Amino acid sequence: MKKKHLLDREEILAPLLLIPTGLYIVLFVGFPFVMSFVYSISNVTVGNPHFKIIGLQNFADLIRNPTFRTSLFNTFFFTIVSVGLVLVLAHILAELLMRDFHGKWLVRFLVLMPWTAPIALGAIGYLWFLDSVFSPVDWLFRAMGLLGKPGDLFGPASNLYWLGRPDLAMASVIFVQVWRLVPLGAVILIAGMNAIPKEIHEAAQIDGAGYFRRLFHITLPLLFPVIGVTVLFATFFTFTDMTVVWVLTRGGPPPNTTQVLASLSFLQGIEGGDLAQGAAIAIFFFPVMAALAIFVLKLAKKAVVL
Amino acid sequence: MAFVELKDLTKHFGQVKAVDGVNLEISAGEFLVLLGPSGSGKTTLMRLCAGLEQPTAGHLIINGQVVNDIPPREREIAMVFQSYALYPHKTVFKNIAFPLTVEKLAKKEIKKKVEWSADLLGIGHLLDRRPAQISGGEKQRVAIARALVRTPKVLLLDEPLSNLDAQVRHTARVELKKFQQEIGVTTIYVTHDQAEAMGLGDRIAVMKSGKIRQIGTPDDIYHHPVDIFVAGFIGIPPMNFVEQNGVIVGFRPEVFHPADPAHAENRISFRFRILRVENLGSNKLAYGTIGDANVIANLSVRMSIEEGKEYDFSVRKADVRYYDKEKGARIDSVRS
Repeated sequence: MKKKHLLDREEILAPLLLIPTGLYIVLFVGFPFVMSFVYSISNVTVGNPHFKIIGLQNFADLIRNPTFRTSLFNTFFFTIVSVGLVLVLAHILAELLMRDFHGKWLVRFLVLMPWTAPIALGAIGYLWFLDSVFSPVDWLFRAMGLLGKPGDLFGPASNLYWLGRPDLAMASVIFVQVWRLVPLGAVILIAGMNAIPKEIHEAAQIDGAGYFRRLFHITLPLLFPVIGVTVLFATFFTFTDMTVVWVLTRGGPPPNTTQVLASLSFLQGIEGGDLAQGAAIAIFFFPVMAALAIFVLKLAKKAVVL
Repeated sequence: MAFVELKDLTKHFGQVKAVDGVNLEISAGEFLVLLGPSGSGKTTLMRLCAGLEQPTAGHLIINGQVVNDIPPREREIAMVFQSYALYPHKTVFKNIAFPLTVEKLAKKEIKKKVEWSADLLGIGHLLDRRPAQISGGEKQRVAIARALVRTPKVLLLDEPLSNLDAQVRHTARVELKKFQQEIGVTTIYVTHDQAEAMGLGDRIAVMKSGKIRQIGTPDDIYHHPVDIFVAGFIGIPPMNFVEQNGVIVGFRPEVFHPADPAHAENRISFRFRILRVENLGSNKLAYGTIGDANVIANLSVRMSIEEGKEYDFSVRKADVRYYDKEKGARIDSVRS
């Protein structure tokens, strides 16, 4: 009998195929993860790789640091508002894209663009949109007579200085983040909505339920697991995101109006060279993310899947 | 209870005429079966009644009121779907209660009605379960209970038994008729299964290509089919057709017997060449030919006939129906 080829032997093939994934997880996820824990309880800096363990000193410093407290608040504010808006807008978009109309594929494709385009590129586009002098949004407002003369709705100044004023800067950052995540949310929701049989909606219609009763008693409960997944993704992508903030405002306007944990961690750890502090800031993500993941997965399990 | 009238009701999907000018009157408390092959428009006709589709032309009238523009939720109708369409996240109790909560009835009243409806269908012990935890037959009962709970004007049933296995289907059919008679609700029932249609319907409307070909009692449809389509569609096995003297002669397999020379008057006889005999236990089916027409005879098991032989068979003239060769319509007076 011919000897079995090496690749026919499962006890060898299986581990062989697992090696790349295992290596990836260990080298690029596990190792940095462990290192950030180690760094966070050390006094390591970029200039001095010989570090010693100093316990929880970094965390104690952080909690006393007003910049950190502002960033922590901003991160939660940025995340909660963005995710809330993403959910509502993605649902509306999903409802619209479920209807039949001409050129639907083209619209679907265009709607997905913000998600598929590199976020840095999109954010740079918005940097021009929201520029303090050349903002086309401001041109429009001026042309419409809403801006630039005394008594105009948006004030007499010639520009709105989107990224220079605290309230507008935060709103701009949230807007761009929402713009980027709505397509993802819509696609997830469309998949979930398509999974609900048409007859169930029709049965509810015949049973006498109007639009809102169907929405709250039938559609949303059945979509619950899918909404959970959308919240999970949107939160992960927002809570840990620094691209939009970094490209648009670098955490400004000064001192730290739009500073979030991710940008502060980068600022301290990489730009400022204080790796230990940067790592300690990043560690703050961990309990929130872990709790969120457990919470959403539990909810999804509890809900009845069709 | 309500009476329903359909006047020139028409529904086109693009070029397809799914329902093509249907006129129908259904009296209060009647059990009407829409019977037809798939694609005959019977389900579309029912969805028009439910308001899930808008008619292209014509009128739908319930209790003398044109309801074309009234949305489904205000028509006070109930529908049982082929897939049951239970709400998977709600318990059986909440499923049945849903139409009542919409009407904002008091909790006590809802409980009373749900229990009435559940007891009627013998599912009182399942009220705390979820649809995923009950069998197909039980789901079907829940769907019917949900439909009956608010005593609708019209009950629509879209092939409600087709997802059940054969044994359950039989008892479900008998019970369905019992509930309907107890409540006396006007019922429209869609099916492609003629046994269901014959057993359940006060009247049957046979549909083809969006049109009603014949409407009448099961007896009428079976014994006096108006054209070749209805004659061939109803009956298992279907009616035999033999061409003779320029007309189509039709007769049912069960009236086609070996000729008895002693009683030859008022009978038409044929030479029947038997190709195959199937013994079904309670009866025997003999497949064969008369000339080039394929013919089936439904015989007693005691009868001894052999495959490959030719016999003299005959039919009473009273049991024969004549049809036009070109148009397929029934001819009532034929001398022969």
